[in-house]
Amino acid sequence: MCPPDHYGIEYEINPWMNRSLGAIRALAFRQWNQLRETLVSLGVQVELLSPQPGLPDLVFTANAGLVYKDVFISSRFRYEVRARESPYYDAWFAAHGFHVEHLPEGMYHEGAGDALFCGETLFAGYRIRSDALAHQWVGQRFGIRVLPLELVNPRFYHLDTCFCPLAPGEALYYPPAFDAYGRRVLQSHIPKLMEVNEAEAHRFGCNAVVVGKTVIHNSRCPQLAATLAEAGYRSIEVELDEFLKAGGSAKCLTLRLDGEEAAGWKYH
Amino acid sequence: MGGANIEHVEMSGHIIDSLLLPKVLDAILARGGRYQILEFRLGERQDDPSYARLEVRADSAEQLETILAEIHQHGAEPIHKEDCRLVAADMDGAFPDGFYCTTNFRTQVRLQGEWIDVEDQEMDCGIVVDAEGGAARCVPMASVRRGDLVVVGRRGVRVFPPESETRRRDLFEFMASPISSERPKSASIREIAQMMRRTREAGEKILAVLGPAVVHTGGAELVAWLIRHGYIDILFAGNALATHDMEQAFYGTSLGVSLDRGLPTAEGHEHHLRTINTIRRLGGIRQAVALGKLKSGIMYECIMRDIPFVLAGSIRDDGPLPEVITDTLRAQDAMRELIPGVGFCLMIATTLHSVAVGNLLPAWVKVACVDINPATVTKLMDRGTTQTVGIVSDAEPFLRLLVAELKGERTTAGLGLDGDTHRTRTPCPATPPQS
Repeated sequence: MCPPDHYGIEYEINPWMNRSLGAIRALAFRQWNQLRETLVSLGVQVELLSPQPGLPDLVFTANAGLVYKDVFISSRFRYEVRARESPYYDAWFAAHGFHVEHLPEGMYHEGAGDALFCGETLFAGYRIRSDALAHQWVGQRFGIRVLPLELVNPRFYHLDTCFCPLAPGEALYYPPAFDAYGRRVLQSHIPKLMEVNEAEAHRFGCNAVVVGKTVIHNSRCPQLAATLAEAGYRSIEVELDEFLKAGGSAKCLTLRLDGEEAAGWKYH
Repeated sequence: MGGANIEHVEMSGHIIDSLLLPKVLDAILARGGRYQILEFRLGERQDDPSYARLEVRADSAEQLETILAEIHQHGAEPIHKEDCRLVAADMDGAFPDGFYCTTNFRTQVRLQGEWIDVEDQEMDCGIVVDAEGGAARCVPMASVRRGDLVVVGRRGVRVFPPESETRRRDLFEFMASPISSERPKSASIREIAQMMRRTREAGEKILAVLGPAVVHTGGAELVAWLIRHGYIDILFAGNALATHDMEQAFYGTSLGVSLDRGLPTAEGHEHHLRTINTIRRLGGIRQAVALGKLKSGIMYECIMRDIPFVLAGSIRDDGPLPEVITDTLRAQDAMRELIPGVGFCLMIATTLHSVAVGNLLPAWVKVACVDINPATVTKLMDRGTTQTVGIVSDAEPFLRLLVAELKGERTTAGLGLDGDTHRTRTPCPATPPQS
């Protein structure tokens, strides 16, 4: 995670962002701290990245890159304002024993924001931020199955805003964020697929952090909490509305270093 | 073919599981384009990626652009992103090392971002691009000149496989089956007759490549009929066919055998030499016709109807006749000159000549090859003339049925049955014409 010292709405690169609204720094800090404390209380060891002035979105570490075992594929951001974050992520991962790799020039890939393992398969969102070709490149690089899914709603610009793997074969999703092909791919490859309703999807209910059988997500998502409870998960709500203003929530604020709970490779 | 409105793209990855391939195909159709899957490899295990190479066609450049922009989003990438590479020939008569070696399939090269059709398509050549970069053509090795810009490597070169050719040109689509020694001949012959009619209707030319067995077996008059009725526009043959054809006109024999009675005639073995000598004394075939000495047969009809012919020499020729071109490279060039506009080629009873002409023909010219020996057709196809339909038959029976078919007579009988009524007698002059 990266503390929100320099967090703010300084540019607009997705429909959530509105510079005139801005974010309240003190409130953002409180919410971010609450998320961190919740994770720590669950036994999670949290590593911190130093915040940098002029890089307001460095808090959204999910977009740093994609972690697969000891390899870190550094993101190639579509927007220059975020591409400036990469050197800091690369330095951190190199310093912490990861092999840092880069995608070829000319293709975009926004890391764990658009690439989520569910079982052995990497589900990948494309069109708005990442390229289908970049995902195919990753699949070839690791020799894994990658299923690119087209994202059709600009409010759900990253895959992690509308899809959340809980465990191998189990995931949350918001169907209207995908086209008919994408929905069919998800339905035919994930046996237990649970829908998130429109209102809660817009509160970024899908942008959740999974720790064992606990799911941490934004506040005021009662239906989601009920769905999770029924599936055997404990739901913890943490209000993260200051970050929703920039188009992010719990998942966006974290990057799992040892593989998500749903990632099949984690258990080999 | 509008070169600008076609692009080859490729996709790889789990394009089936992710539905990206069907999605791309749907996207092409939804935008009014057409596609053909040129290559597809399915991953064998769950983790194996699949691969697809597609040809995308559109009616206009704008439409193609729209389609390509859309499918690129789904990971379908143009294969050729660069122009072809050109190297100037450093000497006459040889290509630079690494030159692109042509096939007989329709080919395009990319120049300044545009796809250009390669003209004079011919296998086993190189591609030379003109200095302004606006045109490209196949050039045989011996014809390359120092300074010619020659395409090197495969980059920026695309070849259209025969499948897409046959689909595009439905004219001869029915000619899909290859060699047919087991097939009912009358059906194949009917198809060939239909093809000849259609070629004529399409304003394209019919090329005949004939071996001397056409005359030996008694088919000369049938070929003459085909010429008279506009079913042969160009003739490629050798010294022997022309000689025996005229021997028949002069003596009623072919290689000394009476075509009427099927028996050797006295001193008949001299007839072909005397024929060559007569023509040489007259100065040529044309002169023999003009002087009224040559009055029937294949060569006579060619002269009368102004049918261009190329007689190519061989190492065992007697004479040869004055028209025979004994320089092989010159003979090839003479044939090359006549090939543009040919839509159909009928090859009868000649192996080497069939292969030689097959080498010169682009793959979209359909070929029917008739020979008593199935190996001739196989040879032709093995050397790349894959657009060939073969008929295993002696020359005369084939021609007899073909002519009957073209006359509109029903030829339900097989080759073994003599169902025709048109056999003409060749007059056998009492004395050979004197020059």
